[in-house]
Amino acid sequence: MIAIVDYGAGNLVSVKKALDWLGQQCTITSDPAVVRQSAKIVLPGVGHFASTAALATSGLQDAIRDSIGRNIPFLGICVGMQWMFAGSTESAATPGLSLFPGQCVRFPATVKSPHVGWNQIENSSSSRLFRGLPAASFVYFTHSYHAPVNDSTVACCEYGGKFSAAVERDLLFGVQFHPEKSGEAGLRLLANFCAI
Amino acid sequence: MLTKRIIACLDVDDGRVVKGVQFVDLRDAGDPAELAKRHSESGADEIVLLDISAAHQRRSTLLDTVRRTARQLFIPFTVGGGIRTLQDAAAVFSSGADKISINSAALATPTLITEIAEHFGSQAVVVAIDARRHDRSWQAFTHGGRNSAGRDALDWAMEAESRGAGEILLTSMDRDGTASGFDCDLTRTIADRLNIPVIASGGAGGARHFSEVFREGHADAALAASIFHYGLSSLGDLKHQLAEEGIPVRWPC
Repeated sequence: MIAIVDYGAGNLVSVKKALDWLGQQCTITSDPAVVRQSAKIVLPGVGHFASTAALATSGLQDAIRDSIGRNIPFLGICVGMQWMFAGSTESAATPGLSLFPGQCVRFPATVKSPHVGWNQIENSSSSRLFRGLPAASFVYFTHSYHAPVNDSTVACCEYGGKFSAAVERDLLFGVQFHPEKSGEAGLRLLANFCAI
Repeated sequence: MLTKRIIACLDVDDGRVVKGVQFVDLRDAGDPAELAKRHSESGADEIVLLDISAAHQRRSTLLDTVRRTARQLFIPFTVGGGIRTLQDAAAVFSSGADKISINSAALATPTLITEIAEHFGSQAVVVAIDARRHDRSWQAFTHGGRNSAGRDALDWAMEAESRGAGEILLTSMDRDGTASGFDCDLTRTIADRLNIPVIASGGAGGARHFSEVFREGHADAALAASIFHYGLSSLGDLKHQLAEEGIPVRWPC
């Protein structure tokens, strides 16, 4: 069973719909006990970084940390990915999980913000998440803040500078774009995560 | 590079896709779920479903149609028409829409934009503006173009952005249904003053019109309905042609 974590933010219905389409058993849950029992965890999210504060107060953060410690595959989407970093200047008072180093920051004033639409990414051929996808896939973004490029970056995107479109280390995965809204490419990425 | 989006619009009345010429003379173009899937497969970057009769007949959006259409759609899906409250929006989101589009209700109650944006994020709120030229500027209209809102379209677009709109869907009432090209002056006037994406709508008749509105109108996305439904222009051919002209598009997808 895949847990789609509900903390009052994000595109839960769309993520569930995509996983259903792929024939995966999944459930939308805000119950830490259900998260602890799940074989895989997806943390969606759109909107404000401050919304992730609910994860800490609801016990979901502890459940997620425990599961990650037990090598349960974890996928953060959009704000869910940003939460895997140290934090975001969007809400300095809300710490992230620091699974990856660095702060998420806003796009520079030289480009329209939010970054909305289909952009092309440079994705690594060695990534498990991107297995079978073309090297320069088009995926759908909608966000105003972005994560820095680091050693775990497996896909980069260019918009007012380079940023991390996807990160991957061991069984931790994060995507800034919305695979559930990225057509065939996105469905294949989700299928890859489900197969891990 | 961020691509220019081509958006296929389904104008829906009583659960069926129709398309009006300047919002009258409706013709039946089929089942929304089928058409949405077909457009997505042939290269549409996004689908917009507008329940065109909703605002003036004061009935709620057809949630069943939304649910059925969303089930097999894995690209962004916007639903508009008849959304007047946060509860209306919530029902549409839980039926599978990614964004809602509001027009008349936002003009009547501008705080609705902020209210929905605070709950679902700005990325989920599209403010639709139906604009008609009036001397050297454009006026906003409501209720499918029936009533003047008594507002300058640019002024209203800027207010909508400041209240939390994530995108503006800008329809030229003068061009809608004419197939004579998008209103590039209108689109540029608004797009250049906003920091959020502007979707140009109304007047698409061929590939040339799309390249014009991207180059001269500074549109971030362009929307059309009937030219796609009746096969007058294939989405694949359109994108191929735009790519050849150096306009960044998602192709092949």
